[in-house]
Amino acid sequence: MTSSPAGTPAAPAVASSDKLRADGIGMAFERDGGSISVLEDINLSVRDGEFVCLLGPSGCGKSTILNIMAGFVAPTRGEVRIDGEVVSGPDPRRIFVFQERGVFPWLTVEGNIGFGLFQLAPAERQRRIAHYVALVGLQGFEKAYPRDLSGGMKQRVEVARALAVNPDMLFLDEPFGALDSITRLIMRSELLRIWEAERKTIIFVTHDIDEAVQLADRVIVMSARPARIQRIVSIDIPHPRDISSRHYLGLRDGILEAIGLAHKV
Amino acid sequence: MTAAALARRWEPVVWPLLTGTVLLMAWAMLVKLSGTDVFPSPLSVLRGLGELVEQGLLWRYLGDSLRRVGIGYGAAVALGVPAGLLFGWYPAVAQVVNPVIQMLRPISPIAWIPVSIVLFGVGDMAAMYLIFLGAFFPIVVSTMNGVRNVPAIYRRAGRNFGLSPAALLTRVVLPAALPQMLVGFRIALGIAWLVVVAAEMIAVDSGLGYLVIDARNAGKRYDLVVAAIVLIGLTGLALDAAIRRTERFKSVRWGFRNAA
Repeated sequence: MTSSPAGTPAAPAVASSDKLRADGIGMAFERDGGSISVLEDINLSVRDGEFVCLLGPSGCGKSTILNIMAGFVAPTRGEVRIDGEVVSGPDPRRIFVFQERGVFPWLTVEGNIGFGLFQLAPAERQRRIAHYVALVGLQGFEKAYPRDLSGGMKQRVEVARALAVNPDMLFLDEPFGALDSITRLIMRSELLRIWEAERKTIIFVTHDIDEAVQLADRVIVMSARPARIQRIVSIDIPHPRDISSRHYLGLRDGILEAIGLAHKV
Repeated sequence: MTAAALARRWEPVVWPLLTGTVLLMAWAMLVKLSGTDVFPSPLSVLRGLGELVEQGLLWRYLGDSLRRVGIGYGAAVALGVPAGLLFGWYPAVAQVVNPVIQMLRPISPIAWIPVSIVLFGVGDMAAMYLIFLGAFFPIVVSTMNGVRNVPAIYRRAGRNFGLSPAALLTRVVLPAALPQMLVGFRIALGIAWLVVVAAEMIAVDSGLGYLVIDARNAGKRYDLVVAAIVLIGLTGLALDAAIRRTERFKSVRWGFRNAA
């Protein structure tokens, strides 16, 4: 299996369009002589180009699943396969966008977005940087340093840096969690716009039910620790989604119920 | 320009000048009132400086001192940075060497004078070795801690983009650690400038430290002693100002909280 730098997603040889398969993932941490189970028997398959949200309460282990899928952490049990290959480490074909902003403060916007493009010729590199600067709407800020940018702009830089290497998967760990609610809404629709343009497979971790229902093709509802998959909800509403439609509200209430929260406070 | 903006421009210049003038006047008054014939007045120090310039000693001695600091400090950077990177990168190595570093670090470089004379004889090398010793430890420690404190998220991002270990070091770890390293470089330069004066009093026959001791021994020329002290102070100030300028580079400015 080779990466496809030209931008055309490699067509799977087999008709099966599973991009990612997680089989029997379990994770336990040793602590104080005992063993704490964080994940139990996670089985999941994600289609090529699908947008999947992992939804669960804080600390339930959903970030751990993402870290295992991205190859940063090895699971205690089970394995993750992407394109049929067992994941054994991080790979530039799948980029992790961090919860805490991982933008490099010593590089300009340009430098950050071009960070992963070291194998390209300078002209192609420049072209690619310009393209992604425009895609995330940061024209005019190419030479700016992160400390002079707002939180939302930094998050755009990070998303652009991830997209610039043309990965076929993105792992996003509560990427908009630190943003104010207005910026968060804008960033959601930006992400959808980019996803519709580039059709990456996206796995998106969040604890925000509305965020999950607005973005995802499927929402994977996790239980509290040890995390198990509690329910998988398909969101069969085309984008742009009417978030006051009866169908939307029905799906949202179904998830609330699955989590064990009736829709009253 | 508004009055406030104008005040911001002249205040950093005028206040130090005013303080300096008052101190000089107090110094002159005290010398006059006490009737001392040992301690020189500001005016005789100025004359002493003029004499040093005429004899061609001022620039030569200043140059010699700066050269020794340059070489000793340069060697400390050249060896201290790789050592610090190594210790910071491999926590196991740090565990082994850290106790040794922490034990050697608080020893004044002056205590090494006899050792350095045994090793290198009386001369330039002995002086530069002492400067090296004084500057080496702060550089190693700040580099090591700088590397250790690089957030894991930066390393992960670097690995995610497929960087080799060498590229991870040069493109992620080094720039992320640089602000903290610069703090160590600055401390080390201050120490180097302290040590050169002491080393020149013992090991060599040129430089500003030598000027202090020589002016006293050869005819109790306290005007020249104080002139040398003033020169040492001003040069130290200039060195510190020069190294502080590096904190303003945009690629490291993020690491300094109060940088403008």
